[in-house]
Amino acid sequence: MNELFTLMKSELVLTGIIFLLLFIKIGKGLKNETLLPLVQVLLLANFIFGFVFNKEGRLFGDMYYTTDLIAFQKNILNLGVYLITLVCADWLRKTPHLPEFLLLMLSALLGMFFMISSANLLIFYLSLELATIPVAAMANFDLEKKKSSEGAMKMILSSAFSSGILLFGISLIYGSTGSISLPEIQSRLDGSTLQILAFVFFFTAFAFKLSIVPFHLWTADVYEGSPVAVTAFLSVISKGAVAFIFMTMLFRVFTPLKEIWQLMLIALSLITMITGNLFAVRQQNIKRFLAFSSIAQVGFILLAISSDDFHMGSTAVIYFVLVYIFSNIAAFGVAAVITEKTGKETIDDYKGLYKTNPLLTWILALALFSLAGVPPTAGFFGKLFLITAGASGKAYWLILLASLNLIISLYYYLRVVRAVFMDKNENPVEPIKLAAPVKLGLLLCGAGIVLAGLLSWIYDYIHSL
Amino acid sequence: MNLLLLIGAPLLTALAVLAARNKAQVKWISLTGSLLQLGLAVALLLAFRHERAINNTAQMLFEQQHLLFKTLNISFHFGVDGISVAMILLTSFVVVAGVLVSWNVEKMTKEFYFLLLLLGLGAYGFFISLDLFILFFFLEISVIPKYLLIGIWGSGKKEYSANKLALMLMGGSALILVGMLGLYFLAGNTFDIMTLSKTTITSDYQRILFPLFFLGFGVFTALFPLHTWVPDGHSSAPTAGSMFLAGISMKLGGYGCLRVATYLLPEGAKEYANIIIVLSAIAILYGAFATMMQKDLKYINAYSSVSHVGFSLLGIGMLTQTAITGALMQMVSHGVMTALFFAVIGMIYDRTHTRQVDEMGGLMKQMPFISTVFFIVGLCSLGLPGLSGFVAEMTVFVGSWQNADMFHRIATIAAAMSIVVTAVYILRAIGRTVMGPNTNEAHLVLKDAGWNEKLAAILLVGGILAIGIAPGWLNDLLQPAAQEIMNRIAGK
Repeated sequence: MNELFTLMKSELVLTGIIFLLLFIKIGKGLKNETLLPLVQVLLLANFIFGFVFNKEGRLFGDMYYTTDLIAFQKNILNLGVYLITLVCADWLRKTPHLPEFLLLMLSALLGMFFMISSANLLIFYLSLELATIPVAAMANFDLEKKKSSEGAMKMILSSAFSSGILLFGISLIYGSTGSISLPEIQSRLDGSTLQILAFVFFFTAFAFKLSIVPFHLWTADVYEGSPVAVTAFLSVISKGAVAFIFMTMLFRVFTPLKEIWQLMLIALSLITMITGNLFAVRQQNIKRFLAFSSIAQVGFILLAISSDDFHMGSTAVIYFVLVYIFSNIAAFGVAAVITEKTGKETIDDYKGLYKTNPLLTWILALALFSLAGVPPTAGFFGKLFLITAGASGKAYWLILLASLNLIISLYYYLRVVRAVFMDKNENPVEPIKLAAPVKLGLLLCGAGIVLAGLLSWIYDYIHSL
Repeated sequence: MNLLLLIGAPLLTALAVLAARNKAQVKWISLTGSLLQLGLAVALLLAFRHERAINNTAQMLFEQQHLLFKTLNISFHFGVDGISVAMILLTSFVVVAGVLVSWNVEKMTKEFYFLLLLLGLGAYGFFISLDLFILFFFLEISVIPKYLLIGIWGSGKKEYSANKLALMLMGGSALILVGMLGLYFLAGNTFDIMTLSKTTITSDYQRILFPLFFLGFGVFTALFPLHTWVPDGHSSAPTAGSMFLAGISMKLGGYGCLRVATYLLPEGAKEYANIIIVLSAIAILYGAFATMMQKDLKYINAYSSVSHVGFSLLGIGMLTQTAITGALMQMVSHGVMTALFFAVIGMIYDRTHTRQVDEMGGLMKQMPFISTVFFIVGLCSLGLPGLSGFVAEMTVFVGSWQNADMFHRIATIAAAMSIVVTAVYILRAIGRTVMGPNTNEAHLVLKDAGWNEKLAAILLVGGILAIGIAPGWLNDLLQPAAQEIMNRIAGK
């Protein structure tokens, strides 16, 4: 009993919050102005709580397991959700169905927690669905916008499709190994054709969730249609969680097929990077722009996962996701503020932003530089470590291609930087007074972007887990 | 002396600038901070000479190492040899002068000075780093300031130039990154330059890695044909920006070509030396002839920079001790000279609001001080004995001539011919603008330099004279370090 509480504490606290929200909704209800800070404080508490009393162990007949590393991954995701509730506070406060929205978001987070901890394909599949379906409902939350419904529809269809493929893959795996427990599967994989086929289906489902090219087509439309809070959640939290479990699956379960998936990863990583980058160059809508840039970022994550050195690869990926959370949420936060106050969403509208909103502009610039991987931001370290991990034992031309992608990405990030700092605009965004939580969130992200790189013990800490 | 001071001082200055309340405070904090940096650089020079005088023959002095990323074996490893000391001194001179000439920047003053100081910080960090990763970090740190300085405060087609510069430099960085990772894994997971210099890397790998490093750093130092960002970038940048770009940033590349590419991969250097010589000879001649065609003062100096920096690459390619010493001298000399050149052009432009040679004339009457300085720097550029340019270029030529075969001789002669061309364009530009009758009535009322501009000019002219008249001290700094690199090349 005691073990249940210590091992599952993050999940239990989160479930507690979800039930609290349900009771509040059923009961008298709370005003958005009080409900939101309450949830924020609880999330922060869960984040801090996640660092103490950590233990390794297994539960429910080896269905669920946790380690310090997994606990840390959960904490990162929890932190990300906390930051999203801060930077998108303007929109959240206005939405008429806040309890439902938070309920959905936290349920999805709960699903991700279970997904990361799963040691069995059954619980993996269940938690993956729990992490996906609420997000589709969230994407629909701008009830008056047609694009929002369209995005939600696309998302639910593509998710259902990828779930189907995943189930097919799982059934083939079960058929060829006779087990759904991950450690047992690992011991029974021998590289037979059926297993490779099973793995390809399994892999495809992940590719959908991570929007790896050529499975990325849903991404831009969904990102554009959804409210900014949901877009941020999708691009940072969902992607981070799936990247974590994807990595764990490859490094811990599918090790016998290493040669095959490394080749697949390298090829897909290059295609993903190049496609994401080239499409991002031409985007006008800031959300679509960030959507394609996040596709390109996934390409770099894949490069690191293809590393020969698993430990180095996983450390680099987790570190990068942490940095990516700060950078992307900062960028989406600025977009959220501006969209909420003025309804402007295109890069042209951002021209001359520095004249009217210096703080927002600096945060946005920091975030973009971090995404581009320019020092002194943390993104520089994150990107470099990804490439370093990916470089171990590979050909030079491959790394060269990856680094040349950094130039393309710098080109389009600079497009936005140029718009906000240099271009003139007759009709710039008017000065915006930031609400306290939004300001706090943006400053936290800004501090994260600057400090997560220079405080090198963070990386070493992740490595030691 | 603690080398961390050299990073701490600019960092604190930059942060203090952010905290400043008004424009006057910003300027005075920057000036105080940059003078402090100058003081530190001079103190470093003295401390370095003292250590050498008491026969401390360690290759790197004042070394210190702080582990940064333990698991990746990355550390803040700092240390200086004569080359670094000379470069740091150069940087501090240019920073002070840059702060002084920017005294009248009214647009977003705080941001301007902050970025300027950040640019200086990157250079200091770069020159003292002995860990490739940290070196790369400091090299890249200047991308943001450069881009913003040109894009916001620049003139002409500034957005285009800023973009071109940022992307080309990023391209160079990408090449360096690949080379860096190659070395890291070949040498068993270390970025440390001193450790790497003791590791044997097979010549097959050197053949792959050397061009990556040399081209990568070559972009920064305008290696032909990767020089195309130089004219646009320099001419669009604000005055202090051009001074920093040409005076400091281009030297980062030269230093990298030597310290990283040549020193760590001597086999590769020998392999590709002839190509370097051909490319730099082309750069020298092409730069000189291209300058002849320019009418804009900034473009004149930008193209002539391509030509002058070619001499340092030529010196590196010649692979003799004298030539490498000369290459290093040329870096320092050109740094001071070109910073002064851009400063003077900025002063003239501030007053006449034109940089076209044709639209000016007889400025000597209205602005005797500025015109005289312009004259001095012009003479330095064309290599008049007694000024720094002569000393540096002469050393390169002498060093080059030590290679007795036909190929090297021809390259040397071709490079030396450019001096004639230089004389033509320099004398023509100065003659038209400063001498002769005044062609523009609006210029009759112009005022001469203010105190800040005078101070900046005197500081840099002092630098030129100090190298030109008594080059011994610089030679003492650079030669032993160049010897160290030659030993590596000779395989000792």
